[in-house]
Amino acid sequence: MEYILIIISAVFINNVVLAQFLGICPFLGVSNKVNTALGMAGAVTFVIVLATMVTYLIQVYVLNKLGIAFMQTITFILVIAALVQMVEIILKKISQPLYQALGIFLPLITTNCAVLGVAILVIKKNYNLLEGVVYGASIAVGFGLALIILAGIREQLELVNIPKGMKGVPISLVIAGILALAFMGFTGIVK
Amino acid sequence: MNQLQNLTKGFFKENPILVLVLGTCPTLATSSSALNGMGMGIATTFVLIGSNVVISLLSNVIPDKVRIPAFIVVIASFVTVVDLVMQAFVPALYEALGIFIPLIVVNCIVLGRAEAYASKNSVFSSFIDGLGMGLGFTMALGILGAFRELVGSGSILGHKFISGDGVLVFILAPGAFWALGYLIALINRIKRS
Amino acid sequence: MAKTESTFKNMVLSLTLISLGASACLGFVYELTKEPIALSVLNKKLDAIRQVVPEFTNNPNEEMYRLPTGEGDSLDIYPAKKDGQIVGYAVSTYSKTAFSGNISLMAGFKPDGTILNIKVLEQKETPGLGTKMTEHGFKDQFNNKNPAQFHLKVKKDGGQVDAITAATISSRAFCDAVQRAYNTLQKGGQK
Repeated sequence: MEYILIIISAVFINNVVLAQFLGICPFLGVSNKVNTALGMAGAVTFVIVLATMVTYLIQVYVLNKLGIAFMQTITFILVIAALVQMVEIILKKISQPLYQALGIFLPLITTNCAVLGVAILVIKKNYNLLEGVVYGASIAVGFGLALIILAGIREQLELVNIPKGMKGVPISLVIAGILALAFMGFTGIVK
Repeated sequence: MNQLQNLTKGFFKENPILVLVLGTCPTLATSSSALNGMGMGIATTFVLIGSNVVISLLSNVIPDKVRIPAFIVVIASFVTVVDLVMQAFVPALYEALGIFIPLIVVNCIVLGRAEAYASKNSVFSSFIDGLGMGLGFTMALGILGAFRELVGSGSILGHKFISGDGVLVFILAPGAFWALGYLIALINRIKRS
Repeated sequence: MAKTESTFKNMVLSLTLISLGASACLGFVYELTKEPIALSVLNKKLDAIRQVVPEFTNNPNEEMYRLPTGEGDSLDIYPAKKDGQIVGYAVSTYSKTAFSGNISLMAGFKPDGTILNIKVLEQKETPGLGTKMTEHGFKDQFNNKNPAQFHLKVKKDGGQVDAITAATISSRAFCDAVQRAYNTLQKGGQK
């Protein structure tokens, strides 16, 4: 039951993009086409789950043990950067099709604040390892959901006559605002 | 380019938020009031100046291939300093900004300036660049925060200007997206004319 | 000065040196800010206590003790004394039934159980609706009421509390937290 609450809360109620404002850059950047959105969502899910696990173990077994929790930011970002590099190299070696599908998104993920954000939030919320991983995965699903919805709408928008100044980022932001309003309807379903 | 132009390019022509559209996450999240927005802006400015200066000092010493990790270490250190200092001396603001203080580290503006400017220019120019970009960021956040606060609760910096409750939605998440969207559209319009 | 070449030795050396330098600086800043941080946390707590109980001369933080709630956890009780005489209790209490996330309050009671004043420490309710619980209009209706006679429930539930318009759930959670503080204090006896 705990886990279901975590999942619903992370995917719908506190949607990472639409309510917590994490990962806006890729949200605006790669939401032109549904296909690229799917690729990005896949890559982010992969990295978030992996990063959550690794950073959690480092926090508990290294930083807390040594009493240097204040080094959290610097350690986490380095671990995430290294992890992304490693995933890229391994993917290239073992699975060419997967690398071609996800590879181009990987370098962008280091500076996706959702990854670092989730790693820090898991520690802040005092989750255990399993809860943290479930939370991370749900955040990633929420990110994918928002990304794909926006991409779907933007594909339709190409057929519409939009005022020049509103093209691109502004209209995407306005749509995102409407989506955020829709997602607010989920508040309160989990007590 | 003289230093004055170098300073002011971040205000309008290359404004990190309104023109380059970088660092949107903290922009949307912390602009629910003018005070929060400017607090975030100043914290980011400090990191920008610090990392720009140190990186421009070290740029000859750091081998090219490990440039990015080295930059990240420098930036993350400044972010941690800001984090600790704010926690100690402005606890209320620290709580309001929450997780977005450590997240300055992944703000594209900071790494972007390090890579595109500080690693290629002199220490003083990099300082000016960091200051200008930071102030441009702070200004955009302040304007956005003031607008959302005014429309959302009828006040600016806590001073009531319009009686009544205001259009609440502008303090909430949807209003953040809308306010930034229309502000960028406005800037696009001004730029074209 | 010539640019350092990207040999393996140079890369490892420069990264190590930078990391060492950064860690040393951070350790130094951490030591400098450790005390002010602890002080600001303590001040925040003392401020809250000062707002909910009459003037005191002791140090409630040092005389803090815990009482079980009967739900498997305990609340922190801060006794306020003037010249050795008990003048009130500040109870740090919470509710898990709020609209979004938990709320935590500092509630001040007279020795006979009458509510003195309440301060909201933490809440994540909907801005403009549930957040009105922090305003005098709502929370001051509890002042000088004794939960022994004053029914701590919103009027909709047959109690005597005027709920916040459009935020009944938040109002209920507020009552729940105050009731928990009162029950715990009464049951635990007074020292």
